[in-house]
Amino acid sequence: MASATLAAAPARLPRAVPRWVWALPPVAVLGLVFLYPLALVVQQSVRPDTGGTSLKPYADVFASEAFREALVTTVWLALGSTVGCLVLGFALALVIAFVPFPGARAVSRFIDVFLSFPSFLITLALLFVYGAKGMANGIWTDATGAAEGPFQFLTTPWGVLLAEITYFTPFVLRPLLAAFSQLDTAQLEVASSLGAKPARIVRRVILPEALPALAAGGSLVLVMCLNEFGIVLFTGAKGVTTLPTLVYGKAILESDYPAACVVAVVNIAISVGLYGLYRVVSRRAGA
Amino acid sequence: MSGSGIRFDRVSVAYDGNTVLHALDLTVEPGEVMALLGPSGSGKTTALRAVAGFVRPASGRVFIGGTDVTGLPPHRRGIGMVVQQYALFPHLRVKDNVAFGLRAQKAAKAEIPGRVAEALEMTGMGAYAERYPRELSGGQQQRVAIARALAIRPGVLLLDEPLSALDAQLRSGMLAELARLHRELPDVSILYVTHDQVEALTLADRIAVMDRARLQDCGTPQELYRTPRTEFTASFVGNANLLPVTAGAGAALLGGAELKVDTGGVAPGATATLCVRPHLVGLGDGPNALTGRVSEVQWRGATHRLYVDVAGERIKADVRELRTPPGIGDQVTVHFAPEDAVLLTAAVSEGAAASRRAGVAADG
Repeated sequence: MASATLAAAPARLPRAVPRWVWALPPVAVLGLVFLYPLALVVQQSVRPDTGGTSLKPYADVFASEAFREALVTTVWLALGSTVGCLVLGFALALVIAFVPFPGARAVSRFIDVFLSFPSFLITLALLFVYGAKGMANGIWTDATGAAEGPFQFLTTPWGVLLAEITYFTPFVLRPLLAAFSQLDTAQLEVASSLGAKPARIVRRVILPEALPALAAGGSLVLVMCLNEFGIVLFTGAKGVTTLPTLVYGKAILESDYPAACVVAVVNIAISVGLYGLYRVVSRRAGA
Repeated sequence: MSGSGIRFDRVSVAYDGNTVLHALDLTVEPGEVMALLGPSGSGKTTALRAVAGFVRPASGRVFIGGTDVTGLPPHRRGIGMVVQQYALFPHLRVKDNVAFGLRAQKAAKAEIPGRVAEALEMTGMGAYAERYPRELSGGQQQRVAIARALAIRPGVLLLDEPLSALDAQLRSGMLAELARLHRELPDVSILYVTHDQVEALTLADRIAVMDRARLQDCGTPQELYRTPRTEFTASFVGNANLLPVTAGAGAALLGGAELKVDTGGVAPGATATLCVRPHLVGLGDGPNALTGRVSEVQWRGATHRLYVDVAGERIKADVRELRTPPGIGDQVTVHFAPEDAVLLTAAVSEGAAASRRAGVAADG
């Protein structure tokens, strides 16, 4: 008897509480902390300081040289970093997964830890090594007696690129290593017994099977690079302006909220657009 | 590439100081099917991997077609290989899987489609060229894997438990298929690793029995089955009654009973093991009769398996299906012909017997 009542209980539950009620808490939280501020940003972006509602802030921002430069810088830095991360990540993952060396497991553990590091930590490390007063330049000036070292790239876009590739490569490595661990090593052995050299095995067997992982890691890195703030602020604050730092500049330094919101909206649109593109492409490729 | 045999010359393999293959001496003649038979961990797969080049021997040399390949990387050995789990490339169509080796070996572009079709025809997979591996059944995938290995026209074919992943019915079909392929490709030497004695007995020209990293015995299936050298061979190649006896003059003593057997060179008084195949044990009176009690009766369709306790030993007898099988506890008499029994002495040096039959120590 007792078991019969127990079994009946879950069946009665949905009637007592309609199922859509369970959707309310997440929707409320999402709306309060995410959608409402987002709507405010969009609303602010069409409210110029002169009053009323118009698209004038958009026209002003799109016409400004600073915005166009920031847009171009943002996109090429993000694309460059993504390509760099994919190439470096693939190469490193190959070594970690397929070349047996002592400590391979420790390295792959470290990658997990690395993912939890804040991005400015990497930038700080690069500053210590390549900064104007960093180790590399210090050794150079000590050795040659010159006033300045040769490594002055850290405040340029190249410095940002280096920092972003360093910081984001593990985000590509992680899914790649997971994919490689699923790969049947017998496939690699059969391929080599059929006469394939290592380079061909990588190209024809490993790479095709790693494509979904590369796409996943690459799109994640691309979106994160587009929105990266800390690295840009730490390394290239003087010379390099991206959309996120432009938002910061407009909003905090110039108190030009409509313009800041316009840039933010553009930044969001690019991120969401690229993510949508990725979903479409990955669904096609994954068929 | 045709007509190349395989030769192991005292090949030892060790992982972290753990010897997994000990001084293997074995020759596979050109065009011969050699089965490496043994339980898991016996070193049989390691021997195959040493031929393929995936493990490097700690000592000894591996020859293919008279050439020392010990130091060659796998991709320069020209070997066809088929593994248990097929290992097809999932992103390639069947025809591209089969063409993989040809492309890797830089075969002429115009020649590839013909040779792919030929290999697929040979394994009966011609109609599936455009499919992806995931669209095929296990048996079909294994056929594709065999076609892929054959497409490069290897002199040596390595089969690593190729039928273990298939169900029993498919397995016997594929066994016939492999035998046919071997008839069609008489020049290809085949090294066939298996733990299944039926596969080994059916397919192999010779069987090398492996256990605990060593070659235990090597000979034709008939030799190993009819006159095994060791208890291990007797029990692993086919089923066997292994009875502890004391050798006499032209006879063996089991408990109080005197059994007429060919004692060969065994000294009277020595302890030995008598090997009799269960299907050669008959029910009823006859030569070498033994009386005991039935402890178990198993009906197996075409046969009855009787377990009879005689003088503290349990004798297995496979007899044609009985209309009125004896009940458990019944007293029965079983017998076997003297020429159907083999006397195994514990003193036989296993290594010496094995290498003599392997035919490599003959010139040494």
